[in-house]
Amino acid sequence: MAKARAAPGARTDKESSWRTFVTPEGVDLKLDIASVGERAGAMMFDLMVIVVTLVVFTVFLLFVLAGSGQVLAQAIAMIWLLGFFALRNGYFAIFELGPRAATPGKRLMKLRVVSRDGSRLRGHQVIARNAMRELELFLPLSFTAYQSSQGMGDFATGLVGLLWTGMFALFPLFNRDRLRVGDLIAGTWVVRVPQRSLSHSVATHVAPEQARYVFTDAHLSIYGEFELQKLEEVLRRNDDYSMLVVARTIRERLGITVPEGDEYAFLEAYYTALCQRLERGMLFGKRKKDKYQR
Amino acid sequence: MSAAAPSQFASAKFREARTIDWAELEQRIRAIERGKAATLSDEDLLELPVLYRAALSSLSVARETSLDTDLVAYLEALCARAYFVLYGVQPPLRRRIAAYFGASWPLAMRSLARETVIAVLMMVLGAVAAYCLVASDPSWYHSIVPEGLAGGRGPQSSAAELRQTLYDNGGDSNNMLGVFATYLFTHNAQISLLCFALGFAFGVPTLLLLVYNGCILGAFMAVFASKGLALPLSAWLSIHGTTELFAIAIAGAAGLRIGMAVAFPGKLSRTAATTKAGRTATFAMIGVVLMLAVAGLLEGVGRQLIQSDAIRVAIGGSALAGWLLYFYVFPVRAEDENG
Repeated sequence: MAKARAAPGARTDKESSWRTFVTPEGVDLKLDIASVGERAGAMMFDLMVIVVTLVVFTVFLLFVLAGSGQVLAQAIAMIWLLGFFALRNGYFAIFELGPRAATPGKRLMKLRVVSRDGSRLRGHQVIARNAMRELELFLPLSFTAYQSSQGMGDFATGLVGLLWTGMFALFPLFNRDRLRVGDLIAGTWVVRVPQRSLSHSVATHVAPEQARYVFTDAHLSIYGEFELQKLEEVLRRNDDYSMLVVARTIRERLGITVPEGDEYAFLEAYYTALCQRLERGMLFGKRKKDKYQR
Repeated sequence: MSAAAPSQFASAKFREARTIDWAELEQRIRAIERGKAATLSDEDLLELPVLYRAALSSLSVARETSLDTDLVAYLEALCARAYFVLYGVQPPLRRRIAAYFGASWPLAMRSLARETVIAVLMMVLGAVAAYCLVASDPSWYHSIVPEGLAGGRGPQSSAAELRQTLYDNGGDSNNMLGVFATYLFTHNAQISLLCFALGFAFGVPTLLLLVYNGCILGAFMAVFASKGLALPLSAWLSIHGTTELFAIAIAGAAGLRIGMAVAFPGKLSRTAATTKAGRTATFAMIGVVLMLAVAGLLEGVGRQLIQSDAIRVAIGGSALAGWLLYFYVFPVRAEDENG
């Protein structure tokens, strides 16, 4: 995989989760790989749904077939044998074959399954990545259950066996793309697809005629893009304390006096002026990454 | 940038002019994601690629001219969602199923032929070894066959009891026959899934599982043979066993293919080799599940209704011949594979 340009603020981070993903139109969509925590959370949710479904079915049968002894026991045994098998193998595949390529758990965590080579996700890939779950999740689980039913008599064997089976379960922790064994076999990965809405622009709110602050060229050449984007974050958060701190820092650096209680207006004006200057520089191919760049 | 409004941003203007298009795209994408594509009119759908390309081009422009991180992040998320909706379109299900049966499955089986032979040999090896062991000392039987699978059959059973298990017509409802059949199906499906998945550990556990599966067969055979019931058992097994055991061997072969790709990737990178092997192996595995379902049908229906040895062997034999013809002789055009 080609190395992605890192997100601002994480520029030196080798473990950045951005991956290059070039569309046929030649634009890099910069997909964001889901973290292990998010995926574990999604899986917990899905497992919970499966177990609750089985329990609901069992309770339903208990009411319908109450008092029919033998038949009831047989039906319940079949539900837990066949139903659990069918659900744990079918549930994931059916949802991932849908238009959103995500199980309800993944949908909740805003994730989706994507083919690593950028082509459409195909049926056999979904089946492959879910058939491997048998090895990654249910083998360690059934192994642990089996060991505990046998007592702790052979502790060493149990430990070695658990380590061996756990190796597959913990596979996503040991590679950069957070691939499960199933993802590796199927050629897929799981990425974040956040649903963002476009909020208002921070800068356009100030009408230029009413600007109370005037910044000279020297004032505007101090900071770069990184600081500008941090300032944008602060303005969007609109939190009094951090604005006070940031306003004081900038004021001291610029050597301007700002009346108390006027931090927001000052920061907004400075943001607008700085953004305009830097964007004009960009148009001419001059970029100033941060305040250290001359 | 006009001189009349010097502080009006180029990027702000850019954003104002295009927000409507982005919102339009977002709304249509959301409808499709929610499975309501049918509510969109033809014009809406035809406009979709145009809106998508406009959004992509806005993203490129925004990345190079705008320092508004919120805008760039919004466009990235929007374009990614639109990309998956537009490029994730699948051919109709019927065509995909036809392509699978017409090309993908037999082609995968043909490329797995060498591994399949190895898997079958491993099962035969296990069967012969277990047969010799149990024949020389019947107490081996209990260490080989798990209690649940034995179903009360063992070296201590009399010939009459064993004969009865072979020709049981299912009239006895007390023995939880349904649960036992379910147990057998999930057991077989689980064995084949494990054969496939464990292939990732360089194929070694797959080989062990195949040998062990052969062992169970050999142990049964030895017990029945000692009571002179070898031929009836073979007939009883063959009606569904040819399909079922073949399916397990194929699952093993699929696992071995993945194991070999992980261990010896050749010219490709290890990841690429594994993914390539995984594709073939998965096509074979989908087939394995289908074969196990067929085996379950043969077992549930055929075994109870058909009591004659000759007919049992005939059915089992023709099933095997059918699979072999379909996998290795059936004419296949490789270009059909993409549906």
